Amino acid sequence: MITGRLAQALDDRLRLSPITRRALVKVFPDHWSFMLGEIALYSFIALILTGVYLTFFFDASSADRVYRGAYAPLDGATTSAAYASTVRLSWDVRAGLLIRQTHHWAALVFVAAIVLHLARVFFTGAFRKPRELNWLIGVTMLTLALANGFTGYSLPDDLLSGLGLRIITSVVESIPLVGAWLVSLALGGEFPSDEMIPRIFVAHVLLVPAVLVALVSLHMGILVRQKHSQFPGPGRTEHNVVGSRLWPSYTLRTLALFAWVLAVLFALGGLIQINPVWLYGPFEPAQSTAPAQPDWYVAWGDGALRLFPPLEFRVAGHLVPAPFFPGVVLGGLTFLVLYAWPFVERLRTGDRRQHHLLDRPRDHPVRMGIGVAALTFYAVLTVAAGDDIIARLLRVPIYDLLSVFQVLVLVLPILAGALAFLTARALHRGGAAGVGELTRADLRRAAHRSPHPPEGEGEPETPALDRPGERIELWPEGDLWRWRYRDEARHLVIGGNRALRSEEEAISASRLAYPRVDRVVVPGPPPAPPPGPIRAALRRWGRAAAVGSLLLAALVEKRRDRRERERVDGPTPPEPAEEAPTGDGRT
Amino acid sequence: MSARRPSASERAASRRTVVAFLVSAAGAVGFAVTYAVGGDTRWEGVCLAVAFAGLAVGLAIWGRRLVPVDGYVEEHEGFAPPPTEQAMTAAVLAAPDSPVRRRGLVAALGLALSALGAAALFPLRSLLPFGRADPLQARRDTPWGPGVRLVTADGRPLRLQDVPAGTAVGIFPEGHLDTGDGPAFAVRLDPERFSRPPSAGHVNGLVVYSLLCTHAGCPVRIYLKGTGQVLCPCHQSSFDLLADARPVAGPAARALPGLPIEVGPDGFLRATGDFTVPPGAGFWSSP
Repeated sequence: MITGRLAQALDDRLRLSPITRRALVKVFPDHWSFMLGEIALYSFIALILTGVYLTFFFDASSADRVYRGAYAPLDGATTSAAYASTVRLSWDVRAGLLIRQTHHWAALVFVAAIVLHLARVFFTGAFRKPRELNWLIGVTMLTLALANGFTGYSLPDDLLSGLGLRIITSVVESIPLVGAWLVSLALGGEFPSDEMIPRIFVAHVLLVPAVLVALVSLHMGILVRQKHSQFPGPGRTEHNVVGSRLWPSYTLRTLALFAWVLAVLFALGGLIQINPVWLYGPFEPAQSTAPAQPDWYVAWGDGALRLFPPLEFRVAGHLVPAPFFPGVVLGGLTFLVLYAWPFVERLRTGDRRQHHLLDRPRDHPVRMGIGVAALTFYAVLTVAAGDDIIARLLRVPIYDLLSVFQVLVLVLPILAGALAFLTARALHRGGAAGVGELTRADLRRAAHRSPHPPEGEGEPETPALDRPGERIELWPEGDLWRWRYRDEARHLVIGGNRALRSEEEAISASRLAYPRVDRVVVPGPPPAPPPGPIRAALRRWGRAAAVGSLLLAALVEKRRDRRERERVDGPTPPEPAEEAPTGDGRT
Repeated sequence: MSARRPSASERAASRRTVVAFLVSAAGAVGFAVTYAVGGDTRWEGVCLAVAFAGLAVGLAIWGRRLVPVDGYVEEHEGFAPPPTEQAMTAAVLAAPDSPVRRRGLVAALGLALSALGAAALFPLRSLLPFGRADPLQARRDTPWGPGVRLVTADGRPLRLQDVPAGTAVGIFPEGHLDTGDGPAFAVRLDPERFSRPPSAGHVNGLVVYSLLCTHAGCPVRIYLKGTGQVLCPCHQSSFDLLADARPVAGPAARALPGLPIEVGPDGFLRATGDFTVPPGAGFWSSP
């Protein structure tokens, strides 16, 4: 085998096998919500791949250029090179539009996956010690993703993105003292400057992606080092990780997810038109389009700009304009709170322990309430960014709708947060399995201040002590040792992820994973291969297969009997090779 | 390794995996063919999606049905290193060196690094435009000034009668069609209806205002002629032109700047000065 030889050669030079062995048996817990971060990662890879392709055709320049090509309405028109090359890329470069639309869709999915991942981490308390560092990195990546989304959106120099850029410029300009200087520093002059597009391009394809790649690597390095957190469950403790091994199961499934992400992105990019810049026309300072909505992930900012009342004031004769509050203050506050949350919560709860078991969202009603309120707030702002479209669809005056939104954005988060808080508390106290099973009594109990002293602080980290039937089994396998955890009461068997060199090593590994569980040495390999919690369906199929194969075996046996009888009758002696029952013996 | 024969379910799973990979290959071929025969965005997308979806399904079945899933445990050492480890690391860091006092060295090093850091900030100045006024002054100034003629989008100078009643005509300073802060619009109104006289004055009811919204700088392109209001399509601020372009609804807080105009000796309209206040969104030192 060539790969075998190559691996051997590499190993002889780098001594990779010990590292590789440990890496391949690394255990990842299985839960659907752990895939959200992976979706973000894979859309980021899709962004890089499609983005590199786009750079071959995009001309990041404000210089005049005459478009000549298949899009007749603009044929012969003089526009900026950025715009002309984008139209050419969409209409005249084969597969160009597919890649461009896929790139744009990937950006939308990228940010969406990050936000969902963030919500998962938030509601399950995965940001707690020791994972605060990864939370900070993650929030930074969210800001960079937003920034890169916006710069990418601005690059084609079309009318819609030009308006967006102008609005952002105005928001930055509103910063006291330094606003106009910052704009000038970033754009090399006043708003529609010639340096604008090239600078945004450098930021979009080099600066921000480079930082993102570095942070993604750091994020995952820390994840590998700290091991993935897991939801509580039988056999899961603060001192172990239960799930699938990296090789082969997890690798196959995560590659499948990668392929799924690409499939969805290419389907979106091929079938659903996005950002048709040729319809908007090139940017001109005196033109605007209506309706004008940004991409979804900056819509909350646009919504805030629409809803904030016309309030301005002067400080010693200097103006603090209205966009400062919904633009700069709200944005700054949003990320400040995100950055600070793990530390604020630790200050509030005084919880300084390490956590590798996740909370269920219901376990922390306050966190749940605040999280839902915040999500509702940003959701209302996002919807408000489409108020002109909604007003047209509903045939209501736009300013009435605006007033409604101004009330909703303040009231709805409070209501939703309170509801989430009560639901979480009812679920936590009442022990109902889901929202559908909540009884009126549960809700009534949730409305009262803690009815019984809070239990659950300092909950046992390991499965309850003295549970009969729970034990660690160790056995020798050749020169090596293996171990597994068995819980008779739950019919649960979890195998240690790797073979160990000695009994002592096996004992210490199993003691780390299950600190207070008795150990027994079992003779020889245990009866069944380590199956894990066997899926019901698989078991059913297995049984059916067993019955089928028994029948088949009986049939074969019968036929062989008959043949043997014939042979005995005939003159030739029986040939033993033909009777080998399985194919394993051949070659 | 094991002599176990594949079970019926495993054989079925492997069959489905193979079929999925074949579908994937077909999708890839489809993409190549679509591209080669001229390329159609939709078919290219569908083919690639099928290719990757087939890959995904095959890998997923393989990873779920044909290899052991779940049921493994890895121990977790925790992250607080034992005190002896920490002490050993601290000992390495505090390795013996020359008896020279370190503080002086560290202070000098700190000075050198801060000086370097400060010096490295200087080239950032090049990002600002050189040779022009400081950003605040540039922000205040527009191409308008005494004697600058009003021209339309295609550069033609404008006479009084070129602005019909009931329409807003886009106006630019002559020779500056592309500047960001120059665009304005002219509207002919009935002077009788002014509830507040235009601060920049008017010529026979013709008023000229900056096109840029005072909220976030979008052009206020929508003219509702019946009410004499203009509306910004970005955030729906509206301004009442009959009341000196004061904001009447939406998030804008300041009136649109007016442009003082007159009819020049050549019969064309021209400005007699800059806008009454700097156009566009507000900033720290806007008056």
